[in-house]
Amino acid sequence: MLLRVLVRSGVFLASLIVSSVLVFWFLAGLPGDPARVALGVNATEEAVAALREEFGLNRPLVTQYVDWVGGMLAGDPGRSYVSKAQIGPQLADRLQVTLWLVGTATVIAVLIALPAGTLMAVRHGRLSGLLLAAMSQVGVAVPAFLAGILLVALFAVRLGWLPSGGWTPPVEDPLMFLQQLALPALALGLVQGAVLSRYVRSAVIDVLREDYLRTARAKGLTPFRALRRHGLRNAMVPVVTVLGLQLSTLLVGAVVVERVFVIPGVGNLLLSAVADRDLLLVQAVVMVLVVAVLVVTFVVDLLYAVIDPRLRRG
Amino acid sequence: MDSDLIGSTRMVAGALAAAALLGLAACSAGSSTSPPEGTPPPSGEGSDEALVLGLVAEPASLDFTTEDGAAIPQALLVNLYEGLVKLDQDGEIVPALSTEWDVSDDGRTYTFELVDNAEFTSGEPMTATDVVFSIERVQTDWTTSLAAAMDVVESVEADSPTRVVVTLSAPSNDWLYRMTTRIGAIFSEAGVDDLASTPIGTGPYQLDAWNRGDSIVLTRNDDYWGDAPHFAEVTLRYFDDPTALNSALLSGGIDVITTVQAPEALPQFDGNDDLQIIEGTTNGEVVLSFNHRSAPFQDIRVRQAIRLAIDHQSLIDTCWAGRGELIGSMVPPTDPWYEDLTALVPHDPNLAAQLLGEAEQTDLTLRLRVPTLPYAESCGQVVASQLEDVGITVALDTLEFPAQWLQQVFTDHDYDMSIVAHVEPRDVPAVFGNPEYYPGYDNAEVQDLLAEADAGTPDEQVTIMQEVARVLSEDAASDWLFLLPNLIVADADITGLPENGIGEAFDLTLLARG
Repeated sequence: MLLRVLVRSGVFLASLIVSSVLVFWFLAGLPGDPARVALGVNATEEAVAALREEFGLNRPLVTQYVDWVGGMLAGDPGRSYVSKAQIGPQLADRLQVTLWLVGTATVIAVLIALPAGTLMAVRHGRLSGLLLAAMSQVGVAVPAFLAGILLVALFAVRLGWLPSGGWTPPVEDPLMFLQQLALPALALGLVQGAVLSRYVRSAVIDVLREDYLRTARAKGLTPFRALRRHGLRNAMVPVVTVLGLQLSTLLVGAVVVERVFVIPGVGNLLLSAVADRDLLLVQAVVMVLVVAVLVVTFVVDLLYAVIDPRLRRG
Repeated sequence: MDSDLIGSTRMVAGALAAAALLGLAACSAGSSTSPPEGTPPPSGEGSDEALVLGLVAEPASLDFTTEDGAAIPQALLVNLYEGLVKLDQDGEIVPALSTEWDVSDDGRTYTFELVDNAEFTSGEPMTATDVVFSIERVQTDWTTSLAAAMDVVESVEADSPTRVVVTLSAPSNDWLYRMTTRIGAIFSEAGVDDLASTPIGTGPYQLDAWNRGDSIVLTRNDDYWGDAPHFAEVTLRYFDDPTALNSALLSGGIDVITTVQAPEALPQFDGNDDLQIIEGTTNGEVVLSFNHRSAPFQDIRVRQAIRLAIDHQSLIDTCWAGRGELIGSMVPPTDPWYEDLTALVPHDPNLAAQLLGEAEQTDLTLRLRVPTLPYAESCGQVVASQLEDVGITVALDTLEFPAQWLQQVFTDHDYDMSIVAHVEPRDVPAVFGNPEYYPGYDNAEVQDLLAEADAGTPDEQVTIMQEVARVLSEDAASDWLFLLPNLIVADADITGLPENGIGEAFDLTLLARG
């Protein structure tokens, strides 16, 4: 177990370093002069040159990289070229918003996927199973932003039950917070839930074919009880992996859903920062997202061992 | 030169008259329907109602002295910052922080009398020294090229706490007009430390909160020196996605869409009695620009052929849902020197092909590089196909806006043709009077006429600018595809919305709920 943790930690650190280099060089190489874009069409050449100087954009890339990594490690990603505001607090604000969204969506996805997937597996080959499977297939095919637009058209525009977008922090107005969170979290969660339920289904079908389950059935347990007592834990290994992998999809989905629902999260911050060529801000956001995905992968790796004791020796 | 006209002293209506006019406007606004109980008195008091506007393109900073873009003055000018003068709904220059002004016989000295009861939201009184400070600061600290309009100011002095004398190095009609734009905004000497997020002005509204990525909230300035505006709180909510903007209005999340982003979506609002649709003109000329540094465009026949090849009405029908005005030159109908010049360039593909033949350009390939903006992308395809009909091969590509377009087209001039809307008011001199600008249009006649128009009497300015517009069109300095429409959709009971987009500000003080 200890060896496993050590190896995984090594991989985690190496991935961090490599991705920081990639993020920095790739984004620094985007076409378009960040100083010119930050100041706009009417900026004078002198002002553009002064901004390049002020933010050290004329220095060699390696120097800029070292400075940047140093800043990130110290928890200070610097100031935005465009708004001149500190990036750290801004990013922290936006992250909270996105975490609420992604977290709620994940809960919704799991709440949908586990029962639906299990039911599809147990009813495998029967009409009700087929219907469910067809529905989940539709869910898989619909991108989150389209689900968002459809939900808004129905629940906000047609029925007027929920607001079409916006964001209120939970401390300010908890009821409004929930109302505004509902549609975007559903848009993300439904789609992810559909994808996840496919994996739950095949994992459960695999488990149902195992000898130990047949034995349990032979002892007189119903399929559901046999699954609950002996099967689900085994089925969870691949499902947790997929859930981990889905987090990156969720983050990407959040970028788009935040746009549709006008939510001031990391995704919206990233899109406007890219358009403004606010390079430091883009680099900070992308790096934070990369770290989030790496951390989740790391945690999922460790979770296997918790779920499946056999791996603890590995 | 008509010396009588130059010699006459031009006095402008006093504050009393202006206040009376404002009062009238508010009156007629309030009484258009029978006022329900609790409706505020027509002038001076204001209500405790709130208004939510939906806009596009949130500014990254609130400092228009260093940051470019139309979004900041749209939100803050007139509402939070005031100038000595402002534009009224007819495009006339009227008093704001000045009560009247006097122009010397030689047109070089402007004497402004200031209101004596204005104060900044920081509590300091607004006096002549703030005006001097603000005007001088444009010359010393502003970094946008718009500040160049202040270069003509030779000196500015405070004669008394309520009188400012501005001396120009040469007479300039344009200067007073520019004083209605952002460069005329009056700042407090003690209030410019954090313009990016803490703007301090004298206006009827002040900044309450800026929720980045979401909205700017303005609240009524209760110590405002003039008439209180109707709404106690105005939220400017920013959307990047046109569908989200439309849904917000239809679901009651916002009260007004200040600019409809996708005119093809307008029919969904038609026939809805709860909503009103306003359709007028703007200052946004959608220019098909020619790169005059590129060899084929040095031949006027090629430029004319391109203009003749384009069927402008069919273009606007195809790519902008038929909304917007056809213009034959760089002048919108709200400018005093507007003339309908569309007849100068009829749609004549045969003549176009003939001109190309005469210019020995029958095998012409041109690069049309358009920014990733909705009108540019959709109209770019129509332009390309219409030009191909007369035998020009068009290599169409799109450049991410703003970053790539600014770099490649605007800065490096690496293009033959492009499409972009020039939304600044009265932008003929900026675009066609400056050979350094991205189209590289260098015409001595136009430059001389522009200088004459600026130095002449206001009447001469109108006549000469009409001639400039005609010369630009006849010389095919570029093509003008159409004028962006001012498209507003709002709750039916909102009054005071602007029919036409004229200046840089979205004037919140005129709005009310009837």
